Amino acid sequence: MSSAILRLEHLCKNYGALAVTEDVSLALRENELHAIIGPNGAGKTTLIHQISGLAPSDSGRILLDGKEITPLSMPERVHRGLVRSFQITSILPGFSVLENVALAVQAHEGSSFRFFGRAAAEKKLNEQAMAALAEVGLADRAARRAGLLSHGEKRQLELAIALAAKPKVLLLDEPLAGTGPEESEVLVALLRSLKGRITILLIEHDMDAVFSLADRISVLVYGQIIATGSPAEIRENRDVRVAYLGEEVV
Amino acid sequence: MSLTLLYVQTLNGLQLGILLFLIAAGLTLVFGVMDFINLAHGVQYMVGAYLAAMFAAMTGSFFLGLVLALASALVFGLVLEFLVFRHLYSRDHLDQVLATFGIILFLNQAVKLIWGAAPLSVPIPDVLTGSVRLMDGLLYPVYRLAIIGSGLAIALGLGILVSRTRIGMLVRAGATNAPMVSALGVDIGKLFMIVFGFGAMLAGFAGAMVAPVLSVEPGMGDNLLILTFVVIVIGGIGSVRGAFIAAILVGLVDTLGRSFGPALLAAIMNPSAASQAGRALAPMLIYILMAAVLFFRPAGLFPVRK
Amino acid sequence: MEKAVTHIPETVAPPAFIRREGVPLILFALLLLAPFVARFFAESYLLALFSRTMIFAIAALSLDLILGYGALVSFGHAAFLGFGAYGVGILAAHGVSEASLQLPLALASSALFALVTGALSLRTKGVYFIMITLAFGQMAFFLAVSLAAYGGDDGMTLPSRSRLFGFDVLEDDRALYFLILLALLGSYLVSRAIVMSRFGRVIRGARENPQRMAAIGFPLFRYQLTMYVIAGTMCGLAGFLLANQTGFVSPAYMTWQRSGELIVMVVLGGLGSLHGAILGAAAFLLLEEWLSGFTEHWKMIFGPFLVLVVLFARGGLLGAFRRLGIGGAR
Repeated sequence: MSSAILRLEHLCKNYGALAVTEDVSLALRENELHAIIGPNGAGKTTLIHQISGLAPSDSGRILLDGKEITPLSMPERVHRGLVRSFQITSILPGFSVLENVALAVQAHEGSSFRFFGRAAAEKKLNEQAMAALAEVGLADRAARRAGLLSHGEKRQLELAIALAAKPKVLLLDEPLAGTGPEESEVLVALLRSLKGRITILLIEHDMDAVFSLADRISVLVYGQIIATGSPAEIRENRDVRVAYLGEEVV
Repeated sequence: MSLTLLYVQTLNGLQLGILLFLIAAGLTLVFGVMDFINLAHGVQYMVGAYLAAMFAAMTGSFFLGLVLALASALVFGLVLEFLVFRHLYSRDHLDQVLATFGIILFLNQAVKLIWGAAPLSVPIPDVLTGSVRLMDGLLYPVYRLAIIGSGLAIALGLGILVSRTRIGMLVRAGATNAPMVSALGVDIGKLFMIVFGFGAMLAGFAGAMVAPVLSVEPGMGDNLLILTFVVIVIGGIGSVRGAFIAAILVGLVDTLGRSFGPALLAAIMNPSAASQAGRALAPMLIYILMAAVLFFRPAGLFPVRK
Repeated sequence: MEKAVTHIPETVAPPAFIRREGVPLILFALLLLAPFVARFFAESYLLALFSRTMIFAIAALSLDLILGYGALVSFGHAAFLGFGAYGVGILAAHGVSEASLQLPLALASSALFALVTGALSLRTKGVYFIMITLAFGQMAFFLAVSLAAYGGDDGMTLPSRSRLFGFDVLEDDRALYFLILLALLGSYLVSRAIVMSRFGRVIRGARENPQRMAAIGFPLFRYQLTMYVIAGTMCGLAGFLLANQTGFVSPAYMTWQRSGELIVMVVLGGLGSLHGAILGAAAFLLLEEWLSGFTEHWKMIFGPFLVLVVLFARGGLLGAFRRLGIGGAR
């Protein structure tokens, strides 16, 4: 399993006496779309916080491309190619849509300790940003103030920002949260178009989306992974049906 | 540098620490519970001193004056809360800084207009005059001991109030998670008002108590306010226990540093340079202490868990 | 839609040149003309008032870089005025009145103080940051008070204004005025460039959403610290000029009330607008001058005025202008 691009080894996180994630180990293969599902409070978002570096882990290791990144800060992890999105939309509302993405490009293109020259007019940054916007279908919104976008468009923008950071591994924390049926259709199509090009770790509550998109699924319950497998395997897994799907199935 | 001087200065440092605690206690709770930065807390201390001076002169009794000053400091705090502060709780820190800065400008000038720019003096009450002999060659004024004693008593009472009573429990809960307390059906507006009025009264009490030993003058709260900030930063915002320990620490370091710093430096450098450097360094000691604490513990010695 | 899809739009549709540049253009034109007009009135009084206004405008401008663009409520900014002024005073006390030596000392000491205190303060956030910057400002104040050799509490009078490469041109009030104007213009242009640059965009982004900025790979601390040092150094320049304009150096330049006044200036003008900071400084000083002409208790009017501005008028002077439909894009 040395081909794993992102490897989690025995990750733990406690809040006081409460263990939120407990001994989570997982290996993501290159370019797979790996979903993590689990009931509310299972520790999914905490796990993303740990992997992205927003919350430190109490124990365990995280390896990206075989190199340990556990002690690195969030910005440092981003520079290694580990990029995340947020469950609650996190954009720069006062900036234009284009500048939101251009900033992500800027973070990777040369130094940001440049004190002269209009950043908003830098062609190189804007072209790459436009490309990312075109990829998520927001090119015609580039000049808008990001705060004025619809909710679905903001979710698309978040994806564009993440893509502009040129991720090796993309951590998506409920990209469909709060979207209506039409908006979510757009986003699912978008995720499908990314599949096979980038390694994606996806947390999502929309089961239809998860089972249609994922190559593999891991089930997180009470901070522990109880099963990992293909969508078909997960569907048939007894533990999962009991622990997670519960009475809804039977 | 005699041992007696060391004792005297330690007591003086303790007294400053107690004073700082009385002001810091209210302020740290207001910060902690309401996330509200109140620069005007220092002028409330000043107002307490002026009220005590006025009522003591009117009634001819320091103690009657003290009681009246406390009551009016409380009323004054509540009026300020009603008129201005309650409209600021939901604002950002910058707005709070500006508005309370405006209040400082107003009140510092207002006391000048009412009582004049010259310092007022308040006589020490007869029963507390004179000195006691604490040990051979160590005489210490009774009144200063009374300040230390009453301050310690209040600190103890406050500790019990915060840790043992229902209102104290709400205050602690509010410092940790105000929205949650509000969601549980507690009238958070009323809680804020109580905390605020109480803090104003404590600051007023501090002002009234020191009126006989310090000169009562416009702006007397300004420098003390900043010392109080240092105390709160060191102790950890929202922690009464932290405020107490930090206040004593700051009081001692400041007082002892000023009186013994130059002498200590003289041990390692030539006397005239030591006295120069000592005088320059002594007032900066507490800020260096603060920087050091922050370096190792950015949320203070006793951070309140959020 | 006749243009190709690859067309890259501007940030926000640019308003007309005049709309964007009108206020600063008029502002600087007025400042340039003022000395010629002042000739016909109380010249030395007006020159001094305007010089002082421009000096505080530089200080407010520099504070706006961290307060307005960085959303960092720094309450110890007056300390840098002091470092700048003492850079002049201390050298002058040793007989060195050469600007080419005084100015580097003024700027370097301001920058160093900003670097050290900024590195400590920026580890914290919110209320802590406000209180810590305030405390460090006060520390600088007490340092100045304790400098007995340089006047201590009372401060000291400078033997002469700074000399420019040996020439005493600055003894002339008008020459000093134009030097200050030049410094203000330079500070304004440099600030503008910084704010619009890559670096400035990171700072502005952090103001809106620091978590987002960290999540796209910006370690904000080093950017904010850099901005803090830039702002401190620029304010040191204001201190250098202030010492020259008043001919006097004293701890009174660095009281925490002064820091509060600088914040008031920036907010009066409207946060995050450079020419707003200049307008705010002018409004504050002229208001002070005007009100104190009525009564020595002018602060009793100004204090409540400030409270009312906070409670009822958001966005400062520029906000009010904008509501009236007059110029000024952010």
